[in-house]
Amino acid sequence: MKKLDMLITGVGGQGVILASDIISDTALAAGYDVKKTDTIGMAQRGGSVVSHIRVASQIWSPLIKEGEADIMLGFEKLESARWSYFLRPGGVAIINNHALPPLSVNTGNEQYPSDERITAILKQRTDVIYYIDGTQRAKEVGNVRTYNMLLLGCLSKLTPFKVNIWKESITQHLAAGLREINLAAFDQGRKEMRNLSL
Amino acid sequence: MGVYLAGVQVATAYPGTPSSEILESVTRFNDIYTEWSTNEKVAMEVALGAAYAGVRSLVAMKHVGLNVAMDPFMAASITGINGGMVVVSADDPGMHSSQNEQDNRYLAKFAKVPMLEPSDSQEACDLMRTAFDISEEFDTPVMVRSTTRISHSKSVVNVNQERVMPINRRSFQSNVPKYVMLPVHARARHSVVEERLVKLEAYAETFPLNQIFWGKLSIGIVTSGIAYQYAREVFPEASFLKLGMTYPLPRDLIHRFASKVDKLIVIEELEPFLQEGIQSMGIKVSGKEFIPRIGELNAKVIEESCRSVGLLDGPARKQIKKPQDLPDRPPLLCPGCPHAGTFFVLSSLGKRSSLSKSERRKAEESDLIITGDIGCYSLGANSPFYALDTNACMGASIGQALGMEKAGVNKKIVAVIGDSTFMHSGITGLVNAVYNESGITIIILDNGTTAMTGHQGHPGTGISARGKETQKVDLESLVRGVGVKNVRVVNAFDVKALRQNVRSALDNPELSVVIARGDCAMLLRTRSEPRAIDAGKCNQCGVCFLVGCSAIRQEDEHIFIDASLCVGEACDVCLQMCPQQAIAPQSGIAAEEVK
Repeated sequence: MKKLDMLITGVGGQGVILASDIISDTALAAGYDVKKTDTIGMAQRGGSVVSHIRVASQIWSPLIKEGEADIMLGFEKLESARWSYFLRPGGVAIINNHALPPLSVNTGNEQYPSDERITAILKQRTDVIYYIDGTQRAKEVGNVRTYNMLLLGCLSKLTPFKVNIWKESITQHLAAGLREINLAAFDQGRKEMRNLSL
Repeated sequence: MGVYLAGVQVATAYPGTPSSEILESVTRFNDIYTEWSTNEKVAMEVALGAAYAGVRSLVAMKHVGLNVAMDPFMAASITGINGGMVVVSADDPGMHSSQNEQDNRYLAKFAKVPMLEPSDSQEACDLMRTAFDISEEFDTPVMVRSTTRISHSKSVVNVNQERVMPINRRSFQSNVPKYVMLPVHARARHSVVEERLVKLEAYAETFPLNQIFWGKLSIGIVTSGIAYQYAREVFPEASFLKLGMTYPLPRDLIHRFASKVDKLIVIEELEPFLQEGIQSMGIKVSGKEFIPRIGELNAKVIEESCRSVGLLDGPARKQIKKPQDLPDRPPLLCPGCPHAGTFFVLSSLGKRSSLSKSERRKAEESDLIITGDIGCYSLGANSPFYALDTNACMGASIGQALGMEKAGVNKKIVAVIGDSTFMHSGITGLVNAVYNESGITIIILDNGTTAMTGHQGHPGTGISARGKETQKVDLESLVRGVGVKNVRVVNAFDVKALRQNVRSALDNPELSVVIARGDCAMLLRTRSEPRAIDAGKCNQCGVCFLVGCSAIRQEDEHIFIDASLCVGEACDVCLQMCPQQAIAPQSGIAAEEVK
């Protein structure tokens, strides 16, 4: 692997930062140089959140250049479309099939983009788009809030890091009581991805 | 980690993005005294006192925090220290969470204090030790300047130092000519500072993190901090002079580097600080002529600006189109935020809010002026409240309100300030308002924490930096104690009481303080049963949207509450507002539907 630039996008409160911490720790434990940076702005909750993770043998800038991300993991549809211009042509988009409309949409001042429009925006960068019903699948696993780990499971199928390293860093980042359900969600994510890539 | 390894014994800070994590990390080491100070000025003074007493001390703040702490910072420069003292300034190019993007490198120069700039996490760790060594060797505070992209990124750190064991010199030696800055002593100390600067200039020449990386000699790039990382990515083959110490500058080293390369450029974020320094040495150099001085840099910005003046060959990369016309997602008050009720009341009393489908009212038609302050509640300026007219700096709301009153403005004036900001620098404004016989209304939004920066304690919370219980400053007694007669404490989730109390405070010609008290929603430990909207009763009037709660949503003309976001029984603001009484706990509605 020469380099792996990953962009994680979502909405404040969705667990983007936790997910990107786990990804970076996994890459580090797998022996790579890693840099990661979060652009969170003022948003404790509800704002747009983007995390850049760069993995290679040597990295300078912690920010990924526009049009160079290999993978985008989107926790929310609108945010995936918004940041899709960071994807390299032919990069992989893994997107949680879930909409969190911003306030302007709720109050009827703006329209949430249709699924067709979101796909069309993504297609300007790549044809490799996986929509995952992460929120729904996580509910089936037993806890709707574990969808970030489920999406990590999907992502893990595309990375060269070993499953046990992934699981080790997930374990380290979670309180004891939450580990089992989150690891189950991670496994479910791997299954989803396997089915989709067949 | 760097702070621990450097043997620091006292660490102080006031939280501010992107600096807050520094002190939070230091609290993990039990043998270092840590405190959230009331404000940056106090934090600087505590650190300085500790340094006078012979121990190593650290004080951390965001860039605008140094404005608050400037007085003791200047004092620290002229008196010098005893134990080492490091001042961390975390600048915010791009204003991710700040009211300006001032470049604090000028403040180190202004205070005649040496400045170090790390370019990644490893250097941030390593430089700390060096900073303290310099501080003690030259008897000066040292500024370590970080920027958001250094502060909020993580890169690999190898810990290859032993900890400097804190030495037990904890005794203060009185030294009046050094520490008591009467004019007669200060005049003598000024010469000491100037001599110190000359010695520091000589030291800078041999400073190990002022490094040259030779590449092709056609372009030589002088850079520092995060800009180095971007520049290295854009110019993999150029020669670099990377400065770890950016004040004072190593003159000989810069001359030597400049003489070897055909063209010298400076790549730096924000102001032309290095460029001006190098130009003043009589060296021909360019940089800010094409590299923006506004906002955060990145590799793309540098690449495009350097290409525009022919510094990069080869075809330009294809412009990537950003998707247009997507709805924005501005930050919002959280569901269950105790400020929402207060802003709704201000918005409606000031005739500022309007239902989403009707036309927005104009702020100048409002008969209420609302001065604002720094914190989560700055978001009260946005939709749907439009309930702030000013927002300048920490503590400014009260002074500004007073100024408008004394200017003779013929509208009612209310200042809105958070509890932590009030403790930081609102108290002096309040005392001033009492003394100068003001009749304004001040609303203290007391959510019991410093929410914006990540829920740090402050004097009003009674919780220390380590999370232990400590002496609590009682807000109400404090306000009464300085002489305010009209003080009311109101439940921030009781819209009716808020409205009554704010209205009567506004009608009162004397100075009034309303403390709107309600816990920050993010600190709720347990989630209780969420609210729901009874579709049978809801007539889609949209009044509930005036709460600005992101849990209240609309799809296909159907309004509902997102159960995963609603905080439940802690907040019932929407329930109080609904004219149809269609909002109730989820189970209540389900039961009715079964009937």
